[in-house]
Amino acid sequence: MANENNARAEGFKELDKAIAQWKDVPGGILPIMQAAQATIGCVDEEVQNYISEAVNVPVTTIYGIATFYSLFTLEPSGKHTINICLGTACYVRGAQQVLDKLEAELGVEVGRTTADGLFTLNAMRCIGCCGLAPAMMIDHDVYGKCTADKIPEILAKYRV
Amino acid sequence: MKIEELYAICESQQPNVRMRVEEKSNPGDAYRIQIMLCTGTGCSSSRSWNILEKFKELVKARGIENEVLFVPTGCFGLCENGPIVIVYPEGAFYSHVKEEDVERIVDEHLIGGNIVTDLLYKESVSESGTILPLDEVPFYEKQKRVALRNCGKIDPENINDYIAMDGYKALAKCLSELSRDDVIDIMLKSGLRGRGGAGFPTGLKWKFAKGPVNPVKYVCCNADEGDPGAFMDRSVLEGDPHSVLEAMAIAGYCIGAQQGYIYVRAEYPVAVKRLGIAINQARELGLLGKNIFGTDFSFDIDLRLGSGAFVCGEETALMASIEGKRGEPRPRPPFPANEGLFRKPTILNNVETYANVAQIILNGPEWFASMGTEKSKGTKVFALGGKICNTGLVEVPMGTTLREVVYDIGGGCPNGKKFKAAQTGGPSGGCISAQNLDVPIDYDNLVAIGSMMGSGGMIVMDEDNCMVNIAKFFLEFTVDESCGKCPPCRVGTRRMLEMLTDITEGRGKPGDIEKLETLAKNIKATALCGLGQTAPNPVLSTIRYFRDEYEAHINEKRCPAGVCKALLSFHIDPDKCKGCTMCARNCPAGAITGTVKNPHVIDNDKCVKCGTCMDNCKFGAIYKK
Repeated sequence: MANENNARAEGFKELDKAIAQWKDVPGGILPIMQAAQATIGCVDEEVQNYISEAVNVPVTTIYGIATFYSLFTLEPSGKHTINICLGTACYVRGAQQVLDKLEAELGVEVGRTTADGLFTLNAMRCIGCCGLAPAMMIDHDVYGKCTADKIPEILAKYRV
Repeated sequence: MKIEELYAICESQQPNVRMRVEEKSNPGDAYRIQIMLCTGTGCSSSRSWNILEKFKELVKARGIENEVLFVPTGCFGLCENGPIVIVYPEGAFYSHVKEEDVERIVDEHLIGGNIVTDLLYKESVSESGTILPLDEVPFYEKQKRVALRNCGKIDPENINDYIAMDGYKALAKCLSELSRDDVIDIMLKSGLRGRGGAGFPTGLKWKFAKGPVNPVKYVCCNADEGDPGAFMDRSVLEGDPHSVLEAMAIAGYCIGAQQGYIYVRAEYPVAVKRLGIAINQARELGLLGKNIFGTDFSFDIDLRLGSGAFVCGEETALMASIEGKRGEPRPRPPFPANEGLFRKPTILNNVETYANVAQIILNGPEWFASMGTEKSKGTKVFALGGKICNTGLVEVPMGTTLREVVYDIGGGCPNGKKFKAAQTGGPSGGCISAQNLDVPIDYDNLVAIGSMMGSGGMIVMDEDNCMVNIAKFFLEFTVDESCGKCPPCRVGTRRMLEMLTDITEGRGKPGDIEKLETLAKNIKATALCGLGQTAPNPVLSTIRYFRDEYEAHINEKRCPAGVCKALLSFHIDPDKCKGCTMCARNCPAGAITGTVKNPHVIDNDKCVKCGTCMDNCKFGAIYKK
């Protein structure tokens, strides 16, 4: 728990840097919120209020932006984010079966985080890796030509 | 920097790139061998960076590190066959390279001088065993690379490589020889039309934005490539980012803007990184910034990252997003050429459009207009994917037929399956059926047959794909991505999706097809932006060409392709079944009964249609219908 609080405090420090950089740039609110999502892991109520006061933008505006774009989450994400591509090329090559397997292995549905907080499972449309369909991303690593039977081995790498 | 200095850099870098361009050695080459290694998203996910390390290590161990230049490049196009390594001067095209192959390439090829034939891309070796030059390999033979000219030839993180390929000379030419009207004339004459989807003439767009008198104008680049199945723009950004920067500066000069923005998807981390590096390098050399080439023209570019909203590919939504708002479109007029970003005159072009600009300025509009069809000039990059042997990026002159793209370049459908349709234009486009395989591909022809060019995704489907299911898939996408501002899109697409869901789950009623068509027509006529206006296209085009499939789902409760689970049942062929019990033991629902060495039977009341039995049967005795 202490570690988590530390990480969050560190995240806010990073957020302060982003605020200083973007505060007076037109349209800078989005880069600030992107920084918050990256360093704190979500844009929850506390983060929204914090940004609102720092840049003098109504919190309703910030909430409106946070709920519009799929990049922002209102709850903390897991340690690793799995993005399975359901773009057309991946879909016609069987991405649904890979997703079914991921849901079964992790015991959560799309959009949810595992109970141990290790994985968040998201579906997305096209990561532009159609040549390697079906593809998925775990954090920034791209895995191509995924099949259901490769999933346990891939997940194991992140469970250590 | 002065223009003479640019030319001096270009000349001094020639010995580094000449070998790659000419595919042969020249006296005075800086290196005996050059090795290109794709480090785009596709190949790096197949661990191309590890292979590069292995190469460097071995080349050093063998003491030839001074003779070999390594160039991490962008995409070669053939992603399916990655990681790809090309060795010059021979142009030897190694595909599916594994770490354990590196030692053989180093010892036999780099040192021994013999190409390792068995590791080459199979189609680069002719039937008689000779090694073909790259442009004679079937995949490349019919291609004409203009927008992708530098992808796979240069190191995208090294501005000198770009300059050596005549980079920034088009900007120099504009600033020193051409008036702003000359630039517009050239763009108009070239016939270049926007490569992002709608195909609006680029020169006209620039002309409109040059018109208004305003000290502040903006040049934007749409790199929010959101169509599922499209990755042309990503490959240009990863393989040749400077071509976009140079074209934006030219556009800035033309309309009188000092600031540019590239709006790029956060989902493309490699592209974001390389754009950042490219912008910094261009600034250091004074190719962006104040008083470029000593003229009074100043121009700079900043990056803005998307946050995952498909609708932000629409121009007014994209500008709202750069302004830090929800990315919702607004009605036009006013058009962005008069009132765009921050309510200033703005032009927005797509990445691939920009990638053509410098070449048009350097080679002349006649050169560009000599390629393509009457109303669609130049080339188009397609992201070929789905059920096709050679998935990857292809760039062909406009007017090439779908048959040439699918069969001659793409190699047809894998496993001998029959081609059914190609989907172009993503969720805004439609399907091209086998009967239209010989239609020359250009903007107007595609619209005439019920699809559209779109940004260039081309997904091939074979007999195993259900067209009703594909239409439903696209509607799920638009329903998800509808911003919710206008009811025709927000409510209408959802109603259509509900009807399609009913049809695929066996609840379709006679008259549903006509209802879908009416609703689609109304949505197209009344939605606020391009997303809603085109959302019904996949449904309309599949009804047009595959009406029999819709009818089979509705009237016979049958899915001809065997995809829609609710309409399927699994059966065991008693003549083929050997009674091995494998299926019964693996059935999660306990739906299969039978005794050893006797044919088994599936109880369709208990069956959950998971297909596990089919996967496990070694005798091919299980079929679905």
